[in-house]
Amino acid sequence: MTAATVTSNKGAPSRKTAYGSMSRDRTWALRWSYFFLVIFAAFFLLPPIYMFITSLKTSAEISAATNPWWVYNPTLANYAELLTKPEYLVFFRNSVVVSTFVVTITMLISIPAAFALSRMRFWGSATLATGVFLTYLVPDTLLFIPLFKMFAVFHEVTGIQLLNRWWVLLVVYPTLTVPFCTWIMIGYFASIPKELDEAAIIDGASWFQTLTRIFIPVALPGIIAATIFAFTVSWAQFLYPLAFTTSVDQLVLPVGIITTLIRGDVFAWGQIMTGALLGALPPLIIYAFLMDYYIAGLTAGATKG
Amino acid sequence: MADAVLSSDPPARRIITRPNAVRRFFQRKSTIAFLMALPLIILIFGLVIYPAFYAVYLSTLRKSMTSVAWMRNCAWLPDVICTYLPFGNMQFLFTRETFWKVVYQSCLFAITAVIFKALLGFILAHFVHNIPAKGQRKWRGMLLIPWVIPPAMSTLAWLWLFDPSYSAFNYVLTGAGFDRIPWTGDANWARFAVILVNIWVGAPFFMIMYLAALKSVPDQLYEAAAIDGANWWQRIWYVTLPMMRNIIAITALFSTIVTFANFDIVRVLTAGGPLDQTHLFATWAFKLGIEGGDIPLGASVSLFMVPILAVAAIFILRDINQRGNEA
Repeated sequence: MTAATVTSNKGAPSRKTAYGSMSRDRTWALRWSYFFLVIFAAFFLLPPIYMFITSLKTSAEISAATNPWWVYNPTLANYAELLTKPEYLVFFRNSVVVSTFVVTITMLISIPAAFALSRMRFWGSATLATGVFLTYLVPDTLLFIPLFKMFAVFHEVTGIQLLNRWWVLLVVYPTLTVPFCTWIMIGYFASIPKELDEAAIIDGASWFQTLTRIFIPVALPGIIAATIFAFTVSWAQFLYPLAFTTSVDQLVLPVGIITTLIRGDVFAWGQIMTGALLGALPPLIIYAFLMDYYIAGLTAGATKG
Repeated sequence: MADAVLSSDPPARRIITRPNAVRRFFQRKSTIAFLMALPLIILIFGLVIYPAFYAVYLSTLRKSMTSVAWMRNCAWLPDVICTYLPFGNMQFLFTRETFWKVVYQSCLFAITAVIFKALLGFILAHFVHNIPAKGQRKWRGMLLIPWVIPPAMSTLAWLWLFDPSYSAFNYVLTGAGFDRIPWTGDANWARFAVILVNIWVGAPFFMIMYLAALKSVPDQLYEAAAIDGANWWQRIWYVTLPMMRNIIAITALFSTIVTFANFDIVRVLTAGGPLDQTHLFATWAFKLGIEGGDIPLGASVSLFMVPILAVAAIFILRDINQRGNEA
C-alpha cells in the first residue's frame, strides 16, 4: 500500500489508469511520503530530544511521578553544575586534544600514502592498496585484547608505561582512521586527470611539490571528508579508552560520562543526559555545517573503488 | 704489476660512484613512493596485522584459573599432549553454556539487525527520493542524525528511555492501559532493546547509501517499464533492485561486519545482562579478558568473530573488484 504510493510518481501512470489521474496520484504519493517521513523522523530524533528534555529537569522532577515527556520547571542547573565540574572539563579537554592530534596524525600518514599508492607505483603497491581496505574491515573489538597485552609487555621490557595514559589513544586511534582515510583519498586522487600532474612534472615540479601544489588543493573536498571522518571516529571511540584508561584524569568524554557519573546503582540522570548531549554536540555541529562533505565521505567508502 | 693496477682500479671507481648510486636510489620514483607509504605500512603491520596474529598466539596460552578445567577436558590424552595442548581455551569454551548463548545471541543480533536496517533504509530512501528535490536535503540531514551522535552517548539516552521505574516508554504504556515492560530486565525484551537501538543507529547509513544508488538509476528505465505496463512491484523487482544490487550487497556486508563486532550498544544498554543473555562476542571478550583478567580466554572468544568477518570481507572484496573491472 505505502510502497505503491512510493513509486507511483516515478513515471507515467500504468495503462489502466485514466489519463489525468497522474497529478492526483502524485499528490497522494507525496502526502504518504511526508506522513511516513514525519513518523520516522520522530523515531530517529526521539533520543536526542529526550536527552534535551531531561537535561532541563531537576533531580526532584526526574524522580517525581509526573509526565516524563514534559518539563514543568525548566532549569539550566545541570549545565552550570557540569561545566564547573573539574573532572568533566578534563574529559572534554582530553577528548579535544586526542581528536585533534589523531586527525593531524591521520592526515600526515594517509595523504602521502594515498598519493604514493594512486600515482607512483612501486613493488607491491596494488597489494598494499587492497590490504589498506582489508585493514579497514578489521574491527576494534578483535584487536583490543592483543593490544592491551602488547602494551603490558612493552612496559615490562622498556619500562615505559602506556596503559592508563591518555596519549596511548594517539597510538591506537590511527588504526581505525588511517585505513579508511587512505582508501577514500586513493579514490579521490585517482579521479584527478593524469594530465594535471604530468604538466607539473614537465614544469619541473618534484613529486612533493606535485602533491602539495596540485593534489591537495584539487582533492580538498575529499580531504575535508576524510578529516571529518577521522574526527567523528576518534571523538566517538568507546572501546579503546574503556580498555586502556582507568584514572579519572586520563579518560575521554564518552568513557568519562559513563564511568564517573554512574556510581553503583545511583544514576544522576539529569547530569548524565546533559553530559551526553554536550558530548554529542561537537560532531553534530560539524555535521550541521559540513553535511555534504560528511555524506560524501560516508558514501565514498563503498562507491569509490 | 699490471695486475695490481687493474685490480686496484675497480674499487676506486666504486668508491667514487657509490654516493651517486645512493642518491639515484633515493631519487627513484618507486623509492620515494615507498618512503611516502612507509608510515602506513608500519602502522598496518605493527598495530593491526601483528596484534591479530598475537591474538592467535595469546589464545593458545593458559591462565592458571582455567588450566584445571583444561586438564579435565583432555585427561584421556597422554599427559605430554594434554599439558601443551594449544587449543585448550577453545575446548574449555565449548563446554561453557554461556559461550553457546553468546554464539546464539551474536547471530540473532547481527542477522535481525542487518535485515531490518536494510529494509528500513530501503523504504526511507524511497520516501526521501519521492519528495521534491528542494526538501530532500533537509529530510536527509534530519534522518542521518542517529548516525552522527556517538553511539555510546545515544545509547545512554535509550537506557534512560528504557529505565524500569521512571521509563518514558512505560509511562506511555501505562497511560494507554498496558502493563509495564521490563525493557532491560527480561532476556527477550533486552534482546529486543539492543536490536532496536542498533537498528536506530544503523538504518540512516543504509538510507544514505540506498538514496545515492536510487539517484543513479536512469529515469528512462522507469519510463520504459511504465510503457510496458509494469506495476509498482514489478518496477521495484525488475528495475530498482537489479540496478541497486551491488550497493545493497556491499552495504549489507559492511553492516554485517560492524554489527557482528558491535560493542558500544550492548555494553552501555545491558552490559550483557540479564544473566549473560545479551552478550555478544565483543562484550563477553571484554568481560573475560579485561575485567576478568583472563587475557588468553578473552582473546579466544574474540577470535570466534574471525570466520564470519572473513567471509563478509571476501564477498566485499569480490564485489569491489568486479565494480573496478566494470568501470
